[in-house]
Amino acid sequence: MINTVPIEYYIWLAVALFTIGVMGVLYRRNAIIVFMCIELMLNAVNLLMVAFSSYLNDPAGQVFVFFIMAVAAAEVAVGLAILILMHRNTKTIDIDVLNRLKW
Amino acid sequence: MTLNVFYFISFVAVLSAFMVVFSRNPIYSVLYLIITFFCIAGHYVLLNAQFLAVVHVIVYAGAIMVLFLYVIMLLNLNQESEPHKNTILKVMAAICSGLLMVVLIGALKGTEQMVAQQPADSGIGLVKNLGKVMFTDFLLPFEITSVLLLAAMVGAIMLSKSETVKR
Repeated sequence: MINTVPIEYYIWLAVALFTIGVMGVLYRRNAIIVFMCIELMLNAVNLLMVAFSSYLNDPAGQVFVFFIMAVAAAEVAVGLAILILMHRNTKTIDIDVLNRLKW
Repeated sequence: MTLNVFYFISFVAVLSAFMVVFSRNPIYSVLYLIITFFCIAGHYVLLNAQFLAVVHVIVYAGAIMVLFLYVIMLLNLNQESEPHKNTILKVMAAICSGLLMVVLIGALKGTEQMVAQQPADSGIGLVKNLGKVMFTDFLLPFEITSVLLLAAMVGAIMLSKSETVKR
């Protein structure tokens, strides 16, 4: 049952998801969607780490993924708070408008 | 059987990841991202990481995406208001990410030989096994993570509070 899928397939899938995330960061101007693409990249790395952890029988990789999830939750909370603050001050979340650090 | 399930979940995950990037409405992006996260949880189940699959659904679909939806609702962004970037930038983004994909696949090419044909231990992703590892080898990082979450909570509250104090 386990390990009938070759590990290369998981590598390709994780690379594809990570690359889609990078493309989203470069492509979109909406800051919230840029955030979501960063989440997508984190998840691609998590998936690869779980795959290798499962194929090498090493539980440390899955514990790392658990910690990465906690860090991602903290990052999203603080990041969205900053976004709301920026939207209050500037009335926009277009990252081309938000290119100055002081308004 | 497992391979077919893998193909199906991967296809849905990649397709909805593309839709996250290309849909005009931020609400649709959030919903497609939730589909992607459920597909990744399915991959965790296929990899016998049941605990992580459950935690992934709870944390991402339950907490983080609800936070995104609330922010979009608060900022009233559900209309398709994004102006067009010029076409050269779009083409450059596609080219850059394609090149990055080639580089990453090339860099990860030899790693499948690391995985020798080891006997599969299906109990590795269960709560019992992971909890034992987390509370013996990784006890200090676990406690530091709790401090990090507390700091993030205080930071988020402070950031959203300072504006109302100023008014």
